[in-house]
Amino acid sequence: MSTLAYDGTALLGRQLRRMRNNPGLLVLTQTMPVSMLLFFGYVFGSALAVPGAEYRSFLVPGLLVATAAGGVMTGMFQSAQDVHRGVTDRLRTLPVSRAAVPMGQAVADVLVTAAGTVPFLLVGLAVGWRVEGGVPAAVGALALLLLFRFACVWAGIFLGLHTRNEEAAGQLGGATFLLPLLSSAYIPAEGLPGGLRTVAEWNPISAVATALRDLFGNAPVPEGAAWPVAHPVAGSLAWIAVLLAVFVPLAVRAYARGER
Amino acid sequence: MTTTYAVLSEGLEKRFGEVHALRGLDLAVAEGTVCGVLGPNGAGKTTAVRLLTTLLRPDAGSARVAGHDLVREAAAVRRRIGVTGQDTSIDGDLTGRENLRLFARLHRVDRAAARAAELLERFGLTEAADRPASGWSGGMRRRLDLAASLIRRPEVLFLDEPTTGLDPASRTLIWEAVGELTDEGTTVLLTTQYLEEADRLADDIALVDRGRVAHTGSPAELKALVGTHAEVVVAHVGALAEAAGVLDRLTGSQPSLDRERNAVAVVTKDATLTLPHLVRTLDAAGVPLLDASLRPPTLDDVFLRLTEGPGALAGRPGDDKERAA
Repeated sequence: MSTLAYDGTALLGRQLRRMRNNPGLLVLTQTMPVSMLLFFGYVFGSALAVPGAEYRSFLVPGLLVATAAGGVMTGMFQSAQDVHRGVTDRLRTLPVSRAAVPMGQAVADVLVTAAGTVPFLLVGLAVGWRVEGGVPAAVGALALLLLFRFACVWAGIFLGLHTRNEEAAGQLGGATFLLPLLSSAYIPAEGLPGGLRTVAEWNPISAVATALRDLFGNAPVPEGAAWPVAHPVAGSLAWIAVLLAVFVPLAVRAYARGER
Repeated sequence: MTTTYAVLSEGLEKRFGEVHALRGLDLAVAEGTVCGVLGPNGAGKTTAVRLLTTLLRPDAGSARVAGHDLVREAAAVRRRIGVTGQDTSIDGDLTGRENLRLFARLHRVDRAAARAAELLERFGLTEAADRPASGWSGGMRRRLDLAASLIRRPEVLFLDEPTTGLDPASRTLIWEAVGELTDEGTTVLLTTQYLEEADRLADDIALVDRGRVAHTGSPAELKALVGTHAEVVVAHVGALAEAAGVLDRLTGSQPSLDRERNAVAVVTKDATLTLPHLVRTLDAAGVPLLDASLRPPTLDDVFLRLTEGPGALAGRPGDDKERAA
């Protein structure tokens, strides 16, 4: 374990240095949710009625979760890039703990996401979003958000190691952009027709978005929803546990084997 | 005294789907020597290096590297080897210095910063050290790659085509570094397509063809297997047949004719053939001689003769697979 911690810290430092040296991608991934908040909030907000909530207050937690789900894309892109550039091979010839490389990447990503949440929430406050459920619950909401991001990055790392190709990763990453559209991240799922509503409610993004809205006190838990949305905090934790249980071993194994 | 082998493999096999990249590779590299692994594209050189550096697991066979079993003691092997792969393997988003410090930390090198600075200096990279490596030239990146594989002085250094595509200055720097390392006792296994490189650096050569070691020996031994090249140029086409007849009688080998250059060439293992003797015999036979030469075979000749002729240099199915893997 101390080997994993030592190597993981060194590799975490590497990821943070990379972002410092090459801030372009970071700026893009941080400004995207802000512009979506302003665009959706004012364009759709005037046309959408959310039961028991202001649309922009409803949208802020939804966008936080949609952005966190984008961890699949960044995780995938970074690990595919490392494979492509030969960095993965270089690290695999070093006496480094097998889990340390993906772990360093996932932890670095969560730290950057946590930092990126601050400016986004400041813009959220400016457009009318508020913490309405008390500070401890709000802290819980942020912790849940970061845990979800952590799980998504692991899924992305596995996919990136598996595709081994930056371009394919980019294209697959584009597809992950669609996932929040089939969830309650941007719109209430209750308004969707039967089959679509079921799909949206079993989308992990919906459970986490509902949990955040509940914990921030922005919108009530919808009536008659599927189990993960009806019990959003437990549902979110269950989804996170499933994602981690599946993708952490898969990613570590893909890294250690280095071949498809 | 018994020889200790830094690399000893027996029957290594590796398949990628339909492609049988290695079909029983037996390789023995004595401690402190430089072994040049030569072979055409797709012969399995890169696969061999990737297996011996723990990047791939063999399907069959076994190997010991730096005294440790490749599969069962992979971590011990990794602590004792340095690897420079065919493609550069450094993080372009980090500066050169940051790259080396990271690898030094992961290698548990004390005073990582000092070691990084020392290697940057040795490979002439100090000036660019604090710029992101993505902006560096190809030669600089290769030198950084080599520096990265020397972070903790390796017992066995693997170099997979280390100078492919490099300018002469960078190539010389890398050659000098290999020389210094072997002086310090490091064993080097290098693959190359540059026969000049193998000739200059290698104590022993393993000629790999279609996933097996086809021949081994010192450069001189391999050259002796092929023999000496004799070539004469005559004044007109009409004299070619007569010149060929003389060469045939002298060497007992079948000469080949080049009608465009009015030249006749023959390969002989007869070490007693001298240039004056050749010229006197041809002159006595009345052949209008313009030029005559005897030269020892190059490793190119060895390569062509001992694999399968010129076709061996062209790609085969499996090339892409080997690189992709």
